Amino acid sequence: VNPIDRYVHRRFVRASRAAEQRVGLAAGIKWTLRYVFPDHWSFLLGEIALYAFIVLVGTGIFLTLYYIPSDTQVIYHGSYPLLQGEQMSEAYRSVLDLSLNVPAGLLFRQVHHWAADVFIASIVLHLMRIFFTGAYRKPRDLNYFIGLTMLMLAILEGFAGYSLVDDLLSGMGLAIAYSVAISIPFVGGQLATLIWGGPFPGSSTFWPRLEIVHVLLIPAALAVLITLHLAMIVRQHHSQFPGPGRRERNVVGTPAWPAYALRSIGLLLAVAGVLFLLGGLIQINPIWQWGPYHPYLSENGAQPDWYIGWLIGALRLMPNWELVIAGRTVIPNPFWGGVAFPLFVFAVMFAWPSIERKFTGDLRRHDLLDRPRDRPLRTAIGAAFLSWVVIVFAVGSTDRIFYRLGVSYTLQIHVWRAGIWIIPIVVFFIARSACRSLQRSGAHPLRAWQGAVVRRGPDGRVEVLADSPDRVVPPATEPPVGTVPGHEFKESPRRRPRGCAE
Amino acid sequence: MSPDDETPITRWGKRLGVLIAARTAARAAAQRTPVPPGVGGRQSDGGGSEVDPSTRTVPASPRAEALVAGLLLLAAGFAFAFTVIYIVLSGDTQLLGIALGGALCLLAAACIVAGKFVVPQETAVQERGLLLDEEQTEEVVEMIERGGQGISRRALLAGAGGVAGAAVVTAAATPLASLGPTLSSLHETPWARGIRLVDDEASPYLAADIQIGTFYTALPENSDPEAFGAGLLVVRLPAEFIHLPAARRDWAPRGILAYSKICPHAGCAISLYRYPTYAPTSQVPAFTCPCHYSTFLPGEGGRLIFGPAGRALPQLPLMVDSQGYLRAAGPFYEDIGPSWWGVRRSES
Repeated sequence: VNPIDRYVHRRFVRASRAAEQRVGLAAGIKWTLRYVFPDHWSFLLGEIALYAFIVLVGTGIFLTLYYIPSDTQVIYHGSYPLLQGEQMSEAYRSVLDLSLNVPAGLLFRQVHHWAADVFIASIVLHLMRIFFTGAYRKPRDLNYFIGLTMLMLAILEGFAGYSLVDDLLSGMGLAIAYSVAISIPFVGGQLATLIWGGPFPGSSTFWPRLEIVHVLLIPAALAVLITLHLAMIVRQHHSQFPGPGRRERNVVGTPAWPAYALRSIGLLLAVAGVLFLLGGLIQINPIWQWGPYHPYLSENGAQPDWYIGWLIGALRLMPNWELVIAGRTVIPNPFWGGVAFPLFVFAVMFAWPSIERKFTGDLRRHDLLDRPRDRPLRTAIGAAFLSWVVIVFAVGSTDRIFYRLGVSYTLQIHVWRAGIWIIPIVVFFIARSACRSLQRSGAHPLRAWQGAVVRRGPDGRVEVLADSPDRVVPPATEPPVGTVPGHEFKESPRRRPRGCAE
Repeated sequence: MSPDDETPITRWGKRLGVLIAARTAARAAAQRTPVPPGVGGRQSDGGGSEVDPSTRTVPASPRAEALVAGLLLLAAGFAFAFTVIYIVLSGDTQLLGIALGGALCLLAAACIVAGKFVVPQETAVQERGLLLDEEQTEEVVEMIERGGQGISRRALLAGAGGVAGAAVVTAAATPLASLGPTLSSLHETPWARGIRLVDDEASPYLAADIQIGTFYTALPENSDPEAFGAGLLVVRLPAEFIHLPAARRDWAPRGILAYSKICPHAGCAISLYRYPTYAPTSQVPAFTCPCHYSTFLPGEGGRLIFGPAGRALPQLPLMVDSQGYLRAAGPFYEDIGPSWWGVRRSES
């Protein structure tokens, strides 16, 4: 052993002893270093969301040092020639100055904006993985609810963030948000005047409120929920897909130290690196082009950030129904698309674990994940529901499709008003039959064919001619069992050479 | 090593490429190897759970270590370049993004290569504990309940505590009401009889300024243009397009009509106007909101013909004064802006 290594080792031992004498964490550290992470790419989606959140906090702190939450009207005399002499709010001017005059200001603002889009996208993909593999079942149902809550908060947080800028686009978004708030039956009017400090566009106290919601209240809530989310995962350990040696009661994978820690830090750095490349090279929300917001101005063909698209789509798709009883507008139109629709979608997702439990009667703890095909009914319902929401999301782009492709806007709306009820049904049957066919064939949709070629001899004996080497062998001792008709767990033929099962 | 030092970069790049290619090839080969029937280590169905997947390999790969060192130094070069760009080029966004993004991506590559090829590779099995331990749970319940030993009027105390808690929470929440004014008339507009229509530079509109085939944005003279109900849409239509309800017959002097610019659906400013260019095939003049595409007919009192708005577009009566300026001939007779519980709707 060379002397440098020996010296480093001695110092390290001494430092560890010193720390141990004061806090005594050796047992906990040992446990942490040996914590096992299952190896599957889909487990990284949640990590990407976490790392995007870290980038958001870092870049966000930089931005708060420049932002002024004020609607005081000023005349612009800054460095951007096309807005010279324009009347605008101090808030908008502060973001213009941050973007155009502060070195690296635009970089940080664009990274922040990209990170928000990636943050919510990775949460949604993570949620899809959780749903289609049945990871929300006991004991992870509580954590699933925390995740859904975080998704709602993240959407609100993103909306508050781009509203703060007070450019023309965000002002229009706030006008719509106000209309949605005011549309809540009975209480909407008072609620909206409480939030905005008066009728739209609100009093000057609205801007500091919006800022504190965006930079403190929601981020703090997210930080607390993230901590709970991770603590709960650590307590229960990660779920895992079935495989050789994997049982309900164990986890097979890479221990935290050293390989997984290095890879995960690598993922953090990769997420941050890609976000900085995006923020530096691909323009996002060029606010100087939109101009300042005034209630009497608007922009044509405007699109919100992607995660608001489903709400815009719902507002557009809804027929012009308003429920008026005795001169009182009980349900104004924006309520349907702006409140009822998203609440329904989240209510279904919150209720799903108990709905499924009711039908399967399965109250047991599950630590092995389902492959989507193994639960054709769940996968089909999930795919149909997803397609229902995705259609509404796509309707949010109907005007862009009209501008780009010339397809009549009114025609598109009429077609989607029917399509939204037909397509999910079609998707349901396609997904269910795809699951069943995958179960039968044993093929993996993304990988080469896997299975076995067999021959049945004249004596009825079955001979295996060829078999793929890495077929998943299920744990025979603890087969998951369901009890719903059409949903029974059948041991998949993939797990046996074809032809042997009968 | 600096980022513009070409040769080592290329060399390291090649090594990385070779490494990745070799690994891919090895994996592909492993997957294609046919397993002879009846032979090989594949576990039978029954024995699947007895497999021990634990493995540990110590790679000891000096080449991978050199690659990691190279990536780290290259990352340092990019990060240093960020500082240089910040100072020398006073922050070119693209270059800053490439420098910092590049540094982070190179660090990521270093960590991942180290995690996969430098440190020991281990697949371990960890047992999950039981979450529900019946005995422990019972003990916890018992310990908590023992704290209430000897209390005779349990229900009374719990009830009183509940009432106190609810009252305190209510008291704490009450000040939320001071966030906003008490709801009264929500959407008062600055418009009243006699107020002149001005453009966004405060010069008043003459009736003669209003041409057929386009729309004008008007604001109230000497009044806050940022008020929600301030903006108006003003158009002039030929007589054949004007079919106002009887009560509004004199609201459109010389064929000039004014409507609230705020869409009664979700509060956006309406900014699309279609006017027929060739009468036999075109449709009648219409306003469209760019947010959710509610479409209203200015010739028919703002009637909705398409889209989600639940009410017609509110119309403002106009008059032309003796000097030829456009003035409001009255207030709005219905609420402008989005609908709500107490919205005042038009009779028509």
